[in-house]
Amino acid sequence: MPLALILTVLGGIQSSFKNISAHGPAQQDSVESVKAFMQVYSVLTSPRCMNCHPSGDVPLQGDNSQLHTMAPQRGTDGKGVYAMKCSNCHQATNAPGVHTPPGNPKWQLPPADMKMIFQGRTPHQLAKQIMDPKTNGHKNREQLIAHADDGLVLTGWNPGEGRTLPPMSHADFKKAWITWITTGGYAPSEK
Amino acid sequence: MISLNVNKKAHEVAVDPDMPLLWVLRDVLNLTGTKYGCGVAQCGACTVHLNGEAVRSCMTKVSRAAGQEVITIEGLSENNDHALQKAWQEIDVPQCGYCHSGQLMSAAILLRENPNPTDHDIDLAMSGNICRCGTYSRIRKAIHLAAEMQQKNHK
Repeated sequence: MPLALILTVLGGIQSSFKNISAHGPAQQDSVESVKAFMQVYSVLTSPRCMNCHPSGDVPLQGDNSQLHTMAPQRGTDGKGVYAMKCSNCHQATNAPGVHTPPGNPKWQLPPADMKMIFQGRTPHQLAKQIMDPKTNGHKNREQLIAHADDGLVLTGWNPGEGRTLPPMSHADFKKAWITWITTGGYAPSEK
Repeated sequence: MISLNVNKKAHEVAVDPDMPLLWVLRDVLNLTGTKYGCGVAQCGACTVHLNGEAVRSCMTKVSRAAGQEVITIEGLSENNDHALQKAWQEIDVPQCGYCHSGQLMSAAILLRENPNPTDHDIDLAMSGNICRCGTYSRIRKAIHLAAEMQQKNHK
């Protein structure tokens, strides 16, 4: 068998293995994929997610996504600067009471070199951004799927007293997230 | 019993682990330099250093500080001679004085990490400390003065 043909066959087998994972082989379905993504988009642009994925370098705060009071800054690593590093006030768990800092052991913004902005993104832009390892925190497909259960993501559904939950349950979000990715991670059309 | 290291001294305190650190400092250890302003981490009056970082003691459970190093305004320097404290006196920064423990503790972090801060750096570092009397311009001036003092001492 000619070498070129052997390599082509091996390449085809390899790319098939890439698509087969714990979540089964990819079944490209652009219609289902986009439909699922619009559910994902509604969650990612809700305050509980978007507030820590701002377009600027100050996190957002509250159900109206205003600039965080006292204007803490992203900093280089996303963990804040000087006397207002995120974990100074945002501790491992939610502080009790309303208008107090919610908590998570890894409270931070995305770093300056990978801002992963959600605020202001159209569905097309956000889908493209999330599926691209160069803009999604270097995640491959499996890591993206696993990200639905990331600690900081889960915090969105345990936001502390007085904060509105995302528009669907975490279970429904995770289902839509996985559906979107495993049906091809399609982006809605640009409008 | 909870073991605390406050201003380089060891303490054993019999308190609820959920008691705010601020309460322990003021009511149990009689270190009343740190103030209660809002109780919800919004004003900065309660700022102390926990392992070298500025935390708001009104919202920090004492359990978070167990076995860690806590520095309050009383421990910022041995003889109240930190450059910031000297600058604060020279410029006569305080009006009522209530916010200034917190202001100094936040400013200390700034100067440690940025020995020559610009006005913008001061904005970034100090925006979390509120002054009802409006001494902000004197705070800014004193931070610049303290930075100069520190640089002269290092030459």
